[in-house]
Amino acid sequence: MTLTTVLYLITGGLFTVGALFAVARVVKGPTILDRVIGSDVLLTTLMLVLGAEMVVNGHTQTVPLMIVIAATAAFSTVAVARNVSRQDRKE
Amino acid sequence: MSPDLLDILAAVLLVLGALLSLAAGVGLWRFPDALSRLHAGTKPQVLGLVFIVAAIALTARSFAVLLVLVPVLLFQMLTAPIAAHMVGRAGYRTKNFRRELLAVDQLEDAVERASRADAEVEVGADPDADNPDRTFGRDQRM
Repeated sequence: MTLTTVLYLITGGLFTVGALFAVARVVKGPTILDRVIGSDVLLTTLMLVLGAEMVVNGHTQTVPLMIVIAATAAFSTVAVARNVSRQDRKE
Repeated sequence: MSPDLLDILAAVLLVLGALLSLAAGVGLWRFPDALSRLHAGTKPQVLGLVFIVAAIALTARSFAVLLVLVPVLLFQMLTAPIAAHMVGRAGYRTKNFRRELLAVDQLEDAVERASRADAEVEVGADPDADNPDRTFGRDQRM
């Protein structure tokens, strides 16, 4: 294995663990805000993984997808955050 | 620099970006309240993306690719603060944080002044009329 292969494998492992923590937070909550922050991190991780995959496989085909995610990822978060009410607070 | 060295540099940048992603995940899991988790979750949104985009640019090595990578960063830097602001605002307004963990609450005075002004308006008096800060509480109401 070359040095770059090792580094690529480390990258994949780190992304996987980070995404799993984000999924765990989305599942556990406890409030809607925690869940929306978790899903935001998950979407960011997805975007970073798309970029990393382009580096590993040596192509640039998914750059437009990255642009779309970067431009629209905030909308879902804003839409949910706007509708959080006091009843969603944990007691 | 030789192409091999650039590839290794790109791989190192990938590891750094993935490390930030992991840091966000761990922070999301370990931190005590929504606002702290928001702090952890916003780290890879810009810096992590900068690392990954730099890695793509280093491996593609063309100006055309560099030009399409710029809007990725641009859009992310435009929209990430909006999302973080809205979540932070909702978190503060619904008191979705642990007050004993705060070092300083800079909004406390403004909120108190606004609620006092609201209470006084209800009984008809308005002693706060020439206070330039008075509009803060009114306009901030949802």
